[in-house]
Amino acid sequence: MSCNENVDCGRRRLLVATAAAGGVAGVAAAVPFVASMLPSERAKAAGAPVEVDISKLAPGQMMTVEWRGKPVWIINRTKEMLDGLAKIADQLADPKSDKKMQPDYARNETRSIKPEILVAVGICTHLGCSPTDKFKTGADSGIDPNWPGGFICPCHGSTFDLAGRVYKSKPAPDNLEIPPHMYLGDAKLVIGEDKKA
Amino acid sequence: MSKVNALLQGTLDWVDARFPLTSNWKAHLSEYYAPKNFNFWYFFGSLAMLVLVIQIVTGIFLTMHYKPDAALNASGVPVAFASVEYIMRDVSWGWLIRYMHSTGASAFFVVVYLHMFRGLLYGSYRKPRELIWLFGIGIFLCLMGEAFFGYLLPWGQMSFWGAQVIVNLFSAIPLIGEDLSIWLRGDYVVGDATLNRFFAFHVIAMPLVLVGLVGAHIIALHEVGSNNPDGVEIKKKKDANGVPLDGIPFHPYYTVKDIVGVIVFLMVFSVIVFFMPEGGGYFLEYNNFDPADPLKTPPHIAPVWYFTPYYSLLRAVTYPLFGIDAKFWGVVAMGAGTLIFAFLPWLDRSPVKSIRYRGTMTKVLLAIWIVGFFILGFLGTKDPAYKFFGAIPGAPVAQLLSVYYFLFFLTMPIWSSLDRCQPEPGRVTMK
Amino acid sequence: MKKLLIAFLFAPMLAFAAGAKLHLDAAPDKANDMAALQNGAKVFVNYCLNCHSASYMRYNRLKDIGLSDDQIRDNLMFTADKVGEPMRIAMRRDEAKAWFGAAPPDLTVIARARASEHGSGADWLYTYLRSFYRDESRPTGWNNVIFENVGMPHVLWDLQGDQEMGPDHKLKLVKPGTMKPREYDAMVGDLVAYLKYMGEPVSEFRKHLGVVVLIFLAVFFVFAYALKREFWKDIH
Repeated sequence: MSCNENVDCGRRRLLVATAAAGGVAGVAAAVPFVASMLPSERAKAAGAPVEVDISKLAPGQMMTVEWRGKPVWIINRTKEMLDGLAKIADQLADPKSDKKMQPDYARNETRSIKPEILVAVGICTHLGCSPTDKFKTGADSGIDPNWPGGFICPCHGSTFDLAGRVYKSKPAPDNLEIPPHMYLGDAKLVIGEDKKA
Repeated sequence: MSKVNALLQGTLDWVDARFPLTSNWKAHLSEYYAPKNFNFWYFFGSLAMLVLVIQIVTGIFLTMHYKPDAALNASGVPVAFASVEYIMRDVSWGWLIRYMHSTGASAFFVVVYLHMFRGLLYGSYRKPRELIWLFGIGIFLCLMGEAFFGYLLPWGQMSFWGAQVIVNLFSAIPLIGEDLSIWLRGDYVVGDATLNRFFAFHVIAMPLVLVGLVGAHIIALHEVGSNNPDGVEIKKKKDANGVPLDGIPFHPYYTVKDIVGVIVFLMVFSVIVFFMPEGGGYFLEYNNFDPADPLKTPPHIAPVWYFTPYYSLLRAVTYPLFGIDAKFWGVVAMGAGTLIFAFLPWLDRSPVKSIRYRGTMTKVLLAIWIVGFFILGFLGTKDPAYKFFGAIPGAPVAQLLSVYYFLFFLTMPIWSSLDRCQPEPGRVTMK
Repeated sequence: MKKLLIAFLFAPMLAFAAGAKLHLDAAPDKANDMAALQNGAKVFVNYCLNCHSASYMRYNRLKDIGLSDDQIRDNLMFTADKVGEPMRIAMRRDEAKAWFGAAPPDLTVIARARASEHGSGADWLYTYLRSFYRDESRPTGWNNVIFENVGMPHVLWDLQGDQEMGPDHKLKLVKPGTMKPREYDAMVGDLVAYLKYMGEPVSEFRKHLGVVVLIFLAVFFVFAYALKREFWKDIH
């Protein structure tokens, strides 16, 4: 709109300037209130990286630690367990881990940094239940005569293999999430952080 | 462009057929005619509204993090006290929200006191505005309750002992007093139960009543129209269209003017929030940075500044009367000191409203009353043994001023009708 | 009437100034002296944080005064595992109460709590920490000029040495400590500056932000006032 006789241009300029300043004030005033709902320093401290000593974790064993209030599984997989991973690729929804459910350094066959040690967030990607470990194989597992060992979610029956990869035609859409993690020496694992700050 | 306008008009028509949007806009803003001679004193109504909004918004966000819990945490600090420090340190921008709320409490009283003083100056309580004034007194009482309940929540030493003293005032009431104060606390001392119920009153009960009363105050105002510094009724002289000759539409004239007032207020408010949030110990009392300790009373306790004039009235009564001890009459004096404002519309018998046309006697008596109110307020922050300049004892001064406080109102029907007034002008003046 | 009002508004202030005053030494202002604040933090952690907690203060907040996470972890953290944890202590409160008569208070906001009409909390602390003297009538053997019958012994005595109260009610250093009086005062100044910082870590940022807000409001005022003038030019 251009200025014409019906419009008072001086007044309009002042209206626009005042409204703009008022708008800036409103947005700036909203920032602290919106930001106050973000995680506080206490929540951040509680969500800080966790250090775990895995020297006592025997092959075939699993331990659970808490990180940001979620269970994180650490599994020391045996050679047989690892060998089994390749054989079931055709039964899995995302065998090559194409979807970004892991950091790049864990995007491999075993979904891990060290082949035998799996670190995964123990939360089903369907609706957030924590799956149960079923390491017994075959008929002993009570799942399937051909069960090669893995996890089953008690809520809706999604199944995952020993690399946290989800089976086809199950409610869960994605593989289990691999959290950022790194090693400080041989048996010291840090979960929640993957590079030295 | 015309298509957009047509769409907007269509939407507005659709709404207006279902909700009186345009008619309300007109009734309360664009065709609400306010006297054109409002001065500085007329900013404080809209500023009170602004502070109410600030308090509600900051209060909602503080409630997200605050915990009304008197139990001790692992470090031996009451959870409520620790949660306030949590807001001050761990919550992003929590310090700003909390300082806005604590400063807002004092700002509320500053603005409301000035708003009430405006009413005193220009006779805004007089016919036909008695109900506006009564709703206003209701807001004032409600605000005092809101401030009192809120002050316990940080659970510092002043919070605790202030609540202890005020709740104990009720025990002065003959017969039922003792049981009443136990019932108010829900415990034999101020404790967790007290903290929780005060929290409930502070965050929901009082604000609901307050907002309702503010609504009633404004509806009543817009029914009879605003008073003005000349105290003349602008509705008496109207033009051919029924618009008061001395009236201007509230919007845009007073909206643009009030924006200026709001910005100046926010500048003062910001100076306090950002540079002196403790307000020299008057807005955030130093003792309140010590967590509540039921076993140790701080050496000097005083209410927050906005209560101190009434606290002085309370302390001024030191004689028993009619066989009931002085403590009770102190409470009566304090209560009467706040309620007596409600009778102003019927106490004032002056032929004119505004101080501009009232006689010298009114001006002098009112000036002394205001100064007395300040001195009572000052003495209320001090120890009863306080001496002015180290020589003049404060207690008798407070007693004298307390007597004057009430005499001013009680004798008003006499002196207000005797005073020699000047005639009111027919139309408002632009001074 | 306006003059009268103003006169009476200021009268209470004059009267106030004339009241009895507790003499406090003014604490040096070191709010922006990072080296002093860091030294104060070190003194605090070594001498105070054994009996007193600072349970609202997180170690990693010390980044404000120019320390890195690693420096905090290596030099200042004796009682916590993670830099995000608050400054807690291991001492149990009931035991502390048995030993000292009262559990040592949390010190996070002590510099704010000790403010009074006599002076700032920092002034009080600065005076207090330099006013201990030998008093054999006290169970700890120590007393303090501005905190009579204090429960805390003089924790920094090996640095300051022994003071005694003379008959003229003045303190005299009778046995020097490892620090010269000037060094001791400077060290206490650092500690008090740290306590003041810890009482409100955001205070420096708060003031900077305040300047920005006021400048913005001043600009806003110019526009809004011009707009008001524009609308009101026809109202007489």
